Amino acid sequence: MLHEKVDASVKRIEVLNEYESFIGRKVFFISALILLILFLCGISISLGPLKFSVLEVYATILDKFFPNFFDVPELAPIVIWDIRLARVVTGVLAGIGFAVAGAVIQGILRNPLASPFTLGISAGAGLGAALAIIAGVGIGSSSGFLLVGNAFIFSLIPSLVIVGLARFKRATPETMILAGIAMTYIFSAISSLIHYFADPDALKDVMVWLMGDLGRASWGDLYIVALVLIICFPVLMWKSWDLNVMGSGDESAKSLGINVERTRVFVMMIASLITAVIVCFTGMIGFIGLVAPHITRICIGGDNRFVIPASGLFGAALLVAADIISREVLAPLIIPVGIVTSCVGGPMFLYLIIRKKKEYW
Amino acid sequence: MSTPILQGVHLELARSEVLSIVGPNGAGKSTLIRCINRILNPQKGSILLDGSDVIHMSRMELARQLGYIPQSDHQSFPATVFDVVLMGRRPYMGWNSGQRDKEKVLDVMQMLNIEHLAMRDINEISGGQRQKVLIARALAQEPDVLLLDEPTSNLDIKHQLEVMDAIRSLVAEKNISAIMAIHDLNLGSRYSDRMIMLDKGVIAAVGSPFTVLTQDNIKQVYQVEAAVKDEDGFPYVVPKSTIRNNVGGGCFR
Repeated sequence: MLHEKVDASVKRIEVLNEYESFIGRKVFFISALILLILFLCGISISLGPLKFSVLEVYATILDKFFPNFFDVPELAPIVIWDIRLARVVTGVLAGIGFAVAGAVIQGILRNPLASPFTLGISAGAGLGAALAIIAGVGIGSSSGFLLVGNAFIFSLIPSLVIVGLARFKRATPETMILAGIAMTYIFSAISSLIHYFADPDALKDVMVWLMGDLGRASWGDLYIVALVLIICFPVLMWKSWDLNVMGSGDESAKSLGINVERTRVFVMMIASLITAVIVCFTGMIGFIGLVAPHITRICIGGDNRFVIPASGLFGAALLVAADIISREVLAPLIIPVGIVTSCVGGPMFLYLIIRKKKEYW
Repeated sequence: MSTPILQGVHLELARSEVLSIVGPNGAGKSTLIRCINRILNPQKGSILLDGSDVIHMSRMELARQLGYIPQSDHQSFPATVFDVVLMGRRPYMGWNSGQRDKEKVLDVMQMLNIEHLAMRDINEISGGQRQKVLIARALAQEPDVLLLDEPTSNLDIKHQLEVMDAIRSLVAEKNISAIMAIHDLNLGSRYSDRMIMLDKGVIAAVGSPFTVLTQDNIKQVYQVEAAVKDEDGFPYVVPKSTIRNNVGGGCFR
């Protein structure tokens, strides 16, 4: 009897330890990603017409905060702070935003094939851009703000329509995905109509805008993106456990006390906001939002308390790496990074699907 | 409005009682279960828990009193058994879990003998094991009532008995009650104190298994000729043949 009791408590401690080390592995994964991002940023900034070493890059950046400690090469402060750093920070923020939005959208739709663009955001932004560039109409007055404002507002319209639909029809994943597809078709059709009557130069501008580029955002734009992320990220983390519970299906989630429909709509709005605010400054950068959460789950499992931050970091690393490739492959020509993410991401994704051992869907 | 699925269903449940709901497909068994914890909202009527109506309770409050075990539960993303059972603690915690929650999870896993599965993925274990995990998750909610929707469908006979034994002993040990929708009349008769037979949303019979599982009731509700035997003090139903329904029904031979 006593023996059994001792046995049982030993087993308890074993299980608990195993669980703690499982958590530990996830924390390690996240820390490793942070280091990787810092390293990739260093490499990215060091490359260009004027080459620096990676250490010189770090020295130049730290010099701003701790002057007179470091050896800073000539011209480096101007090149790095005024030109290259904004691009890399855009990459990091956009990567985090797209991937976090992708992770939670996959969570609420219970569909690993969903991405921030599943709900029609890309088609909305495309229409907004087409209206601004070709027709010159929309929200905002100065030409730069017109494009950004238009893209932002229009990319949110599909989500708002889906939220409206959820009032009449219950917000199940199926209705939301189907509504997103419908919105994509409608918005694409209107965009196509505008394209059809556009002159070729304006049309090219629209196409290039859509391809996605990290070089457009100014420091001022980045503050806006950072602010939105700083506000939205904790909100999503707060909902992370509810997302876990919703992974077992609506019925189980309801029986565990979750207001499933309200949570779904709320998280969708947050994710749409994050995506829209990034898309309007960078254009469409595909694949990060789909692939980063997916690979993260393959690495650390499906617990959203860790999947959300880890996908964000993984997305950032992926986008910064893709940006390095986009600038170096045909240097000095810069390929739009959206093309690179899809070219590199597609095969990588296929490889992971073929290799994966666990069943996902 | 469309025709109601349940009508005039009136029932009471005592503490540490196991109540089975039986009836043909579409009789409203699952609907009744889901109305009790408001997965579905009834259009009319009231459900009282210790005197207070569930309509006026928040989902969280309900989740602390009613544990629900669905028929099947597919986890869309990878999740360890430990994490799934931990979900049962959601009604008691914020966004993160504390030490107390983990201790509770260990308690219920030990009770159901599934500690060895703790780090396995929920989608990779067998159906019987998964059913026990779902029961563990419901127990982690520390409920007063367990609601089970077909707990034994898709299980082999050994696991059917294991799961039912687990439910029976938990009800006695924790002094809670259980309501289950069940297709298998003989399992239901063996493991429940009382039974309700539903027919098209209306209670056709209620009482001890012997009063409910009679030849006449089965004939009327299921349209099946059956023999009812006494096996170790439980009614045992042997279905013999369906009653041919001449109204609009086709002839098969």
